[in-house]
Amino acid sequence: MYAYDEIDRTLVNERVSEFRDQVKRRLSGELTEDEFKILRLQNGVYLQLHAYMFRVAIPYGTLASNQLRALAHVARKYDRGYGHFTTRQNIQFNWIKLAELPDALADLAEVGIHAMQTSGNNMRNVTSDQWAGVAPGEIEDPRIWSELIRQHTTLHPEFSFLPRKFKIAITASDHDRAAIKIHDIGLKLIKNEKGETGFEVLVGGGLGRTPFIGKTIKHFVHGRDILSYIEAILRVYNQYGRRDNIYKARIKILVHELGIEKFSREVEEEWQHIRNSSLQIDDEVIEDIRSRFTYPFYEKLPHNPDELRQAAADPDFEAWRKNSVAPHKNPGYSIVTISLKPIGAPPGDATAEQMDALADLADKYSFGEIRVGHEQNLALPHVAKRDLPALWKALDKLGLATPNVNLITDIIACPGLDYCSLANARSIPIAQELTRRFANHELANLIGRLHINISGCINACGHHHVGHIGILGVEKNGEEVYQITIGGRADESAALGNLIGPGVKFDEVADVVEDIVEAYLALRERPEELFMDTVKRLGVEPFKERVYATR
Amino acid sequence: MTSPLEQKKIKIAGPSVVTANRTWDGIVVYRTAARSWSAELSEAAIVRNSDEAKALLAESVADDVGAIGPYIAPVQVGADGKIEPGNLREQIRRTGVTIGQPAQV
Ligand code: HEM
Ligand code: SF4
Repeated sequence: MYAYDEIDRTLVNERVSEFRDQVKRRLSGELTEDEFKILRLQNGVYLQLHAYMFRVAIPYGTLASNQLRALAHVARKYDRGYGHFTTRQNIQFNWIKLAELPDALADLAEVGIHAMQTSGNNMRNVTSDQWAGVAPGEIEDPRIWSELIRQHTTLHPEFSFLPRKFKIAITASDHDRAAIKIHDIGLKLIKNEKGETGFEVLVGGGLGRTPFIGKTIKHFVHGRDILSYIEAILRVYNQYGRRDNIYKARIKILVHELGIEKFSREVEEEWQHIRNSSLQIDDEVIEDIRSRFTYPFYEKLPHNPDELRQAAADPDFEAWRKNSVAPHKNPGYSIVTISLKPIGAPPGDATAEQMDALADLADKYSFGEIRVGHEQNLALPHVAKRDLPALWKALDKLGLATPNVNLITDIIACPGLDYCSLANARSIPIAQELTRRFANHELANLIGRLHINISGCINACGHHHVGHIGILGVEKNGEEVYQITIGGRADESAALGNLIGPGVKFDEVADVVEDIVEAYLALRERPEELFMDTVKRLGVEPFKERVYATR
Repeated sequence: MTSPLEQKKIKIAGPSVVTANRTWDGIVVYRTAARSWSAELSEAAIVRNSDEAKALLAESVADDVGAIGPYIAPVQVGADGKIEPGNLREQIRRTGVTIGQPAQV
């Protein structure tokens, strides 16, 4: 867990009273919507189809149980009893009233939660691996560096008025769970030959209308230089970035237009001017942040306790364990992923009751800590292996033990036309129908790892470009039409999917996905060949044939 | 369902209304003939040509304390005068999400 210092607490409280005053002036008519819009966006308040939407940051995906209870409280008191966990370690409330927002913000501020860096053309919530600090084989906890960047960029003028929003993600593992290659800047913690800690820096990734996979701009930047290096990137971006055209304003377009070589030369030159400035990070600063991350006192526990061996006789427990439980750096413990993808329900939603109950379970079994991942699931990061059977039973009662993590029904979906004012088509009902089609666990298990990602418009909040199967909703003559891609992925081998053919209607999407899956099952060389490997080996053609032969 | 927020030129193809979100709580409202806002589509003022639409929109924009983001949206008016939303987006804005909300599942 991370303990905020006094500066942060004061800042968060000041923001709340400032916003309370702004809302008051807005409601009295003293501020027009035009004047108010930028202020509300600085506090995570958007307008959706049915109401305002309130986006709250969960920096690097770490929540304490009392913070999760506060989110449950906001859902219950100010909203309709649930919240939506997003792909960028945020939570959104869909039905919030402007007049009550200052109270909601104040209640969250009491537990150190805020909505800074969740909207606007500024530095957004720095995201990280949801297994940070507990995954085996990590270089070091990437949240230390996420926090450093968060502190440096929050309300910093250089990062507050950018040509467009700016997103950074950090990982410290070889297997990338933070999707760093689709971020404006992706950082991978590594060690150089001398054993010093630093970063491989990637730049120019992003989804949206013009998707790009990020490119490595520098193979090693020493940890102490990371702020100056990021600043150098931002300066080049600020200088050249297109403010005239919102569609061309992201850094990915600039990197693409200048080319990575020229871009990196510009950055290098800029960096030489500032790398030895006050931006160089003192060891004490990092030490101070490091010391604010507290880790549980782990007991020395057996890695295969009796409780676990006994429970293994129950096939339901085993089905859940195989998909939801991952190795922890401490062999007596596990990382448990909590699926927010029950069959037939909107991906990523959790009710206030579930949040409260999960907070209690975190206290009981995970040292009071919960994590939020970009796949729109939660995790308990420090569960003793002997507690797994008891935890599973408790989760199952709450509807939080669907054994589908990383399977075909573990779908990422944006809110789409059911909520979002930018949408062209619905996403959630497509996800719901797909989970019903593949509800049979045996079938889902037979298919193996397969990620379906769905967006309701080209903004790509649902990451459709990087879904193994990607579904994009568009509009054609007043009707919802869906374009389907295959072969995308968001991990360390990130790739953009390829279109399989003409768009299909709302009612046909699930059938088409079934066809694709059937084709895969018939085409794979052996059961271990995953969907994305079959697509890589054979390309789009055989899938296209299968889908369109009868349509 | 191209976002009406991108609506620039005002050209309407059939009966239309002005809709927005009420400022204090964000709910969907429609501009009425009585220069006010209503949560009921049945109380919306219907416009049938671009000049009427322009006038209704201008008046709505001016009432910025009442509601935000006003725009013109198509409707269908039945023989009995009953007003129905003219597209899926407006249908969803009127009747709510097309999915169960988790608290109700
Ligand atoms: C009212 C709701 C929302 C609005 C107005 C909105 C707006 C946008 C826009 C305009 C973009 C394109 C940015 C660009 O290419 O410059 C975008 C991208 C994105 N949004 Fe949203 N979004 C909303 C909800 C969400 C939700 C619910 C999620 C998570 C489930 C999300 C996560 C993302 C992500 C991950 C991207 C793509 C990554 C990238 O920046 O390239 N957004 N959003
Ligand atoms: S992808 Fe489009 S429809 Fe989906 S949340 Fe983003 S902006 Fe809305």
